[in-house]
Order: sequence, then C-alpha cells, then structure tokens
Amino acid sequence: MKPRTIVEKIWDNHVVMQQPGAPALLYIDLHLIHEVTSPQAFSMLRERGLKVRRPDLTIATMDHSTPTTSRELPVLDKEGAAQLAQMEKNCADFGIPLYNLKSDKQGIVHVMGPEQGLTQPGMTIVCGDSHTATHGAFGALAFGIGTSQVGHVLATQCLLQTPSKTYAIRVDGTLKPGVSAKDIILAVIAKIGIGGGTGCVFEYLGSTISGLSMEERMTICNMSIEGGARAGLVAPDDTTYQYIAGREFAPKGAAWDAAVAWWRQLGSDDGSGYARELKIDASELEPMVTFGTNPGMGIPISAAIPDPAFVSDPMAKSDLAKALKYMDLEPGKPLLGHPIDVVFVGSCTNSRISDLRAAARVIKGRKVNPKVRMLVVPGSQQVKKQAEAEGLDRIFREAGADFREAGCSMCLAMNGDQLEPGEYSVSTSNRNFEGRQGKGGRTFLASPLTAAASAVTGVVTDVRTLL
Amino acid sequence: MKFQKIESKTVAIAVDNIDTDQIIPARYLKAISKEGLGEGLFRDWRYNADGSPKPDFPLNQPAAEGAQILVAGDNFGCGSSREHAPWALTQSGFGAVISTSFADIFKGNALKNGLLPVIAPAEAHAELLKSPGAVVTIDLASQTVTLPGGRSFQFPIDAFAKQCLLEGVDELGYMLAQQTAIAAYESANPGLVSTRA
Repeated sequence: MKPRTIVEKIWDNHVVMQQPGAPALLYIDLHLIHEVTSPQAFSMLRERGLKVRRPDLTIATMDHSTPTTSRELPVLDKEGAAQLAQMEKNCADFGIPLYNLKSDKQGIVHVMGPEQGLTQPGMTIVCGDSHTATHGAFGALAFGIGTSQVGHVLATQCLLQTPSKTYAIRVDGTLKPGVSAKDIILAVIAKIGIGGGTGCVFEYLGSTISGLSMEERMTICNMSIEGGARAGLVAPDDTTYQYIAGREFAPKGAAWDAAVAWWRQLGSDDGSGYARELKIDASELEPMVTFGTNPGMGIPISAAIPDPAFVSDPMAKSDLAKALKYMDLEPGKPLLGHPIDVVFVGSCTNSRISDLRAAARVIKGRKVNPKVRMLVVPGSQQVKKQAEAEGLDRIFREAGADFREAGCSMCLAMNGDQLEPGEYSVSTSNRNFEGRQGKGGRTFLASPLTAAASAVTGVVTDVRTLL
Repeated sequence: MKFQKIESKTVAIAVDNIDTDQIIPARYLKAISKEGLGEGLFRDWRYNADGSPKPDFPLNQPAAEGAQILVAGDNFGCGSSREHAPWALTQSGFGAVISTSFADIFKGNALKNGLLPVIAPAEAHAELLKSPGAVVTIDLASQTVTLPGGRSFQFPIDAFAKQCLLEGVDELGYMLAQQTAIAAYESANPGLVSTRA
C-alpha cells in the first residue's frame, strides 16, 4: 500500500461515499457548536422540517458573546443575551447537550472539548469557528466551517469535502528559556505569510514538537488558520494518550486499550509524500511579537519594525505602510519599549492552565504597571477552578490584574471586553487585525510570558530580562 | 442560490489579505438571523466614528453605486469562518469577488451563498485594480471573465460547485439524498464518543 500521511488516513476512514464529479461525503465524529455561528443553521432546520441527525455527536457551549463578569449578574447586552437564550432554546428543542453559563464545564469551545476528553486522535471534528484546528493537537482532522455547513452537519452528520494537501512543518532543536510554543507558531506564520498554507493541512513534526505538552501543541495547531491552513495536526503519541486518559469522555477499560492500539497506527507512514515542507530551527528562535495588522507581520522581539522602503512588491509595500499607519508605528524603530495600555491573557490560543501558570510566574511578587489594565480570562470554568486551587487568581489580583470568568472575551471583543480606540494591547490571542480587539484598538500578539512581562513594565518587554 | 452571468461595473479595494473582521466586524455577529448585515459591510473602513462616510473609501464613491463585482487584493477573506462575510456582501448587492486568491473557508462560504469567487491571473487582476468602474462580464458556464475592450480570461472553479450554482441546486438536498449510505457508514463505524455519556 502507498504510504499515507495521517491526514490521508483520517480522510480515508471517513469517506461515506463519493460520486464521480462530486466531492466526497465525509463523516464527522464530533460537532462543536456555540452561540454565534449556529442560530441561522437551526433556523434553516426549522424551515425545512429537519432534525439533528446525531445530537449525541454534537455538543454546545457558550463562549463568544459571553460576559466574563460574575455569573451571578444578568447579561446586560440585550443582543448577546438574546443570542445566549436562542442557544438554550435550540439545544433544548433539538436534544443537544449544552454547557451553559451555569455549568462548571462551560468554556471556550476549543478549551472545553479537549479538557473533557471529547477530542481524540483519528476523529473528524468541526465547529463554526476557524480555530477548530486546535483539536488537531490530538491527531484529529479538525477544521472550521461556515454556518451553512453547520446546518449540513446538524442535518446529516456529514460534509461535502475535497481533500487538502499535507504541508510538513518540521521543528527541531531545543527552545531557549523564555521562548514558547506561541513563539514557534508566530515564527512559522511570519515565515510563510498568512496565505502560505492555503489549500493545505499542516502536519507539525520534529523533535521540538514531540517534546511539547498537549497544551503547547494546542497553541500551535490553534493558529494554523493564521498561516492559511484550515487544519493543522500533530500525530498522537504517549503525551497525547497520557493527557486523554481518565478524562470524562475518554474510553475506559478494554475500550481504552483498543483505542490506543488503533491510535498508534495513525501516524504518517515512512515515505509519505508531502506537498510542501518547511523547516524551523527552534534553538534559533527568540520571543516573537507582531507589529502589524495580520498575524504574519511578526518579528523577533529585539528586531526593528520593518520599513516599507525596503519592500519591492508595490502591493506588499502599501499593505505594510497601511499597517504601520494604523498601528502608528515608525519603521526602523524597535518595538521593545513601546508603551502599552492593556494586557490580555486569554483566548483559545493561550488560556489554559499552563498559560496562566506561565503568566503568573512572571507576575508573582511584582505589580502590574499602574498605566496598564491587565485582564486574565481563563479558557474554561475548569481552568478557572484549577487556577484558583493553585492560588494563581490571588497572584494576579494582588498584582492588580483582573481575573475573570471563562469566555473568548477580548480576543474578538464581542462581549464588552475591548480596547478603546487608539489603545495598544499585548495580547496572547490569535489575531491582530484592525479593530479585532475593539474598534480602533491596536494589538501586539505575543506569548503569555511576553504579555505578563509587558504588564509589569508597561512597555513591550523581552521576558528574558525578568526571568 | 443560482448564478449564471453578471455584467456589471466593478469597485476595487487594492489591499491584500482583507480579513473577514474588516468585511464585517464582530459586533455585527450578535444577530440571530441573516437580516440587516449589509450595513456592517466594511463598516470601519467605510465610516468614521461619528457614522459619517469616509469619502475616499472606494465603496463610498459615486462610481461604486450599483457595482455587483468587487475586485480586491490577494488572499481575500482570510481569518474568521464567519459566513456573515458573504452574507454582508450579497446583501450589499455583490454577486462576485475577483482576486488572485481566496482563503479556503471564505471561498466555501461564498459558493454556498451564490457569491462567485473568481481567481484572476496577476496581469488581468492588476489591470482591474487600476480601473475601478470598468464594466466586466462574468459567465459561469464558460468560466470566462470578459474585460473592457474584449480581452478575456478563464477562471477555475470546482465542477460540483459550478453545477450547483448554475442549476440552483442546494448541497444539503444532495446530501440528504444519501441517507442510506450515511446509515450504512454509521452501522459499520460506531462512534468513539457520545456527548451524552
């Protein structure tokens, strides 16, 4: 048999049927839904008199337009409240389990799935959210879909799909202190650009990736879409199995042994053909930070802000100039030392317990700079509970940071947590698009370590000076 | 959603990597229906903080009035999977976007809403970016774009998506007709998890 990549193996396992001249009908093992991209899909089901085919393969939570203030308070935003109420109704009407605001399992959909053990190797997983690639960390083929496709999956548990190419991203070498998974993925995107992986699924390989924890792998897979790839994954290994073992939805007993035996067969075969390949030397990486208005506009933290004068392509030149104008930054100057107003630690990229621990490690015994508003938003109620058990909430609060309830929060600023026009943030989230964190807001994407260090000093800071 | 042919003037936004947060900002995503999203289209590029239109933005110029074809830079529609982006474009009267490439999720969403993503060769694309208001014909059946002066180029499109658009066939109808095959797959492949467990 021809050697196959993990992507090809998962694909082959899920093709229900394929007619000549049509895309394959691909079976979906797990469908995650949230309040923002699902209401119109449920309306379509009602209009056409359709049921949800497999509510038992579907799970819902509330995250995007969800307040991060006390759960005891009413949702003040009327539109947000209506969206949450609609989610309750849709799940009740169609029999879909829902982790609502009162549930201790509520959280960002891409934090909740893995921590409950729902995300497992070899699965196909979709969600009406482009960061669904996060689940690829477990060796699942996971990708974001639009609302029409949410409706397709609700009605048929399938999607019409054409295969993607596999793009190998090999990361080898030992990370230096202060350099993290977030810096790896920001470096990858800076290298290939935000459209570099269009039409592809990334497979992350190499000794550095093998050495990462599941939470670090999730951070990397999460931002695959920022490199243009709809999905990104890591073949499962013992680190994966150890993470899943014992979680609520994990297989138990004999089923566990059978599952692990199967998962061990999933990795790409020797001699697999990759459409493209990129090599990164992890030992050369510095902490990364973005300066512009897309995640590909990233630089090592000690580097100078790029100068449009040295860009030859006219569109690229004008795009860079436009970005610097929006960010109000001067080309050729360092970003280090640039004053900031807000630090956000959160989002499906970096809101897990290890992210909070990393930020707390820098904050402990220090104060958040009085000019800075720091918001720490756990990815889920489970993460919040764990952080409280470890006393991380106290470390943040005593330093002057705000420690909140779980949700997407200031990553996309739908819930009232947002930047004011002109403000600068250092943010552990995934997008620095114009206005992403609030109209007129300006975002520097970075790791939790860099974010925490910058919160202490009030300027963009190399965390290595504080470690 | 049916698409056969459009003859229209174009409006051009000469910016690469236009993300879906620019096409429609997240604050317009709180709707629970598809209605009224057109007012969010390019909201923060199009309007000042006080709600007054920015006169230099291409969509606000008199020449853009009635344009059904948007010409934009490379990698159009990157970022979020929000289908609100193609909804906002179609509700504003657009039937096609011409670029050198499209982000994968946006392209799929556009095709499901009768919004045609047209990939143009670099030279024709550069010419269109420089000549907003040019009248262009897009014919899906022959996969041809005819430029002013009669020059033309062909564009690629997935054969199945093309057929669905030409005939107004909805993909879900096709999928629902495969229920026997889906049931057979399910009995041969019992799932790994149940969310009700």
